[in-house]
Amino acid sequence: MTIWVLIGILIKMLVVVGVTQGAVAYLILVERKIAAYAQDRIGPNRCGREIGVPFALIQPLADGAKMLLKEDVVPKYVTKPLYILAPWIAIATAMIGFAVVPFGPVGPNQIIDFQIAPNVDIGILYVLAVGSLAVYGVILAGWASNNKYAFIGGLRSSAQLISYEIPLGLSILGMVLIAGSLDMNRIMAWQSRHVWGILVQPLGFILFFTSAFAETNRLPFDLPESEQELVGGFHTEYSAMKFGMFFLGEYLHVITVSFITVILFFGGWDVPFVTSPDQSGLLWAIVKVGVITSKVGLVILFIMWVRWTLPRFRYDQLMDLAWKSMIPLALINLVMTAGIVQLVRTYWV
Amino acid sequence: MRVDDPKLKKIEPPTMSLGDRFYLPQVAAGLLVTAKHIFGVAFQDKAITVQYPEQQHVPSPVYRGVHRLNKDEEGRPKCVACMLCATACPAHCIDIVGATAPPSWPDREKYPESFVIDELRCIYCGMCEEACPVEAIELTGLYDLTGLSREEMIFDKAKLLSVFDVTRDAEPMKFTTPPPAGRPTPTQALDSPVS
Repeated sequence: MTIWVLIGILIKMLVVVGVTQGAVAYLILVERKIAAYAQDRIGPNRCGREIGVPFALIQPLADGAKMLLKEDVVPKYVTKPLYILAPWIAIATAMIGFAVVPFGPVGPNQIIDFQIAPNVDIGILYVLAVGSLAVYGVILAGWASNNKYAFIGGLRSSAQLISYEIPLGLSILGMVLIAGSLDMNRIMAWQSRHVWGILVQPLGFILFFTSAFAETNRLPFDLPESEQELVGGFHTEYSAMKFGMFFLGEYLHVITVSFITVILFFGGWDVPFVTSPDQSGLLWAIVKVGVITSKVGLVILFIMWVRWTLPRFRYDQLMDLAWKSMIPLALINLVMTAGIVQLVRTYWV
Repeated sequence: MRVDDPKLKKIEPPTMSLGDRFYLPQVAAGLLVTAKHIFGVAFQDKAITVQYPEQQHVPSPVYRGVHRLNKDEEGRPKCVACMLCATACPAHCIDIVGATAPPSWPDREKYPESFVIDELRCIYCGMCEEACPVEAIELTGLYDLTGLSREEMIFDKAKLLSVFDVTRDAEPMKFTTPPPAGRPTPTQALDSPVS
C-alpha cells in the first residue's frame, strides 16, 4: 500500500464521517417536518427567520447547540466508566459500518473507489457483524445506569435487537446466493447485468426491510424507547449530548441500513438500460454517486413515512413476529432460493 | 353472575380477512392515509394549526386569563378593599392593603392602597371574580402571559388597571350596573357574623 492510497483512505474517511454527521442533523429536521405534515401541522419554520434563512434551515444548529449546552447530568449511583462508554459504543458501531459501504462505483477501471475499504469480500457479513455490536451500547447503558427501569429496558432492547438479527441475516442470504458473492460491489454488478434484487427476492426484501426497522429501533419497533412502560428504557439516565449520541447512532444506523437496502434490492447505482459496471470516468462516477444517494434518500424518507403511520408493537407481538413468522419465512425463502439457484446453475449455465 | 348465565352476551372479536392477517395490505392502506395528509399540508396548505404570533387565537367568552381591576366612570378603581377576593382565593395570591377612602370619594369607605396579584401562584379558578361584591376584579381573555423574571409576574395595582385599559373595548365589563338592592354592601358583608 503506497502512502497515497493511505492518504486517499483518510480523506474518504473524513468525507464520509463529515457527510453522514451533517446528513443526520438535517435528516432530523426532515423527520420533524414529515412528522408535522403527517399530523396536519407545519413543523419547524422559524429558526433563522430573523436573519433571512428560509425553511428553518439552521434548526439543526440550534438542536445541536441545545444538546451541547444542556446540563449533562451524571447520577451519582451509575457505574461511571461504563456509563460514559455506552454512548460512544452506540456511535462507533454505527460509524464503522460505513467502512465497507460503497457510495458509488468501485472497481479496477474507476478513478476513485467510492468505498473506504474497497474489495472486501465479506462486505455484507462485516456490516451485519458491526451492526449487531450496537447491542453492547444498549445493554451497557442499561446496566451501568444502575436503575431497574433502565436495566429492564436494556435487556428487552437487546433481546429485540438479537432476535431481529436472525431474519435480517437470513433474508440477505437469498440475494447473496443469487449473486454468488458477499461483496456488495459484485452484488450491484450482478443486478446491473440482470434484474434488481427486489424482483428476484420480493419476500427477502420484505423480511429484510422489516427486520431493518427493528434493527434501527425505528417505529413500529421502537421498543427501546418505551416511554410508557419503562420511563424511557435504556437511556433513562442519559441527558444532553450523551443522549444525543444514542440518537445520532440510531440515525447513522438508518443511513447504513438504507444503503444496504438500496445495494441489495434496488440495484445500488444502477439505472436500467443506462448504467453498467464497465463504465468508467469521472462523469459516470458522479452520476452513479448521485443515483445511489438519491435512492438512499428515498428509502430514508420511506422509513420516516412509516414511522408516522404505524403504531408501536407490544413487546410480545414483537417477539411473536420475529420468531413465529419472520424466521420461518426467511428460512423457507432461503431454502427455496438455494434450490432454484442450484437448479439454474446445473441446467442452464 | 355465573359464567354460563344465559343472559350473558358473548362478544366475539371481528374476524380478520385474509388481507388483514397478512398485515401488509393494511400497512399500505395506512401509508396511503398519512401520504394524503403529508401531501395535503405540503402542497395544498391544509395545516389545521394556528400560527400563533401571526394568527391570534380567540378564546371562548368564559375563558379565564389575566386579571384586571375594573375602573368606574370616573376612572377610579372600582375595588372597595373589602378583602373578599383575597379571602376567597384558594391559592392566597391576592394581597390587598386597604386605606380609608379620600373625602372626595363619598360612595365608599375604603379603597385599595395596594392591590397585588401573584400571577404565578394564581390557579385562574375565578373565585375572586365570584366573590367580588362590586365587580371590580375580572378575569380577561388575555392568555399570552409571559415574563422574564418572577418579579415581572407579580402584578401590582397599576398593571392590573392597565390590563383593564387594554381589554376594555374587546371585553366590556360583565356588570356595569350597581349591585341589586337586596345584596349586602361590602361593609355589611364584612360586619355580618359568620354563620
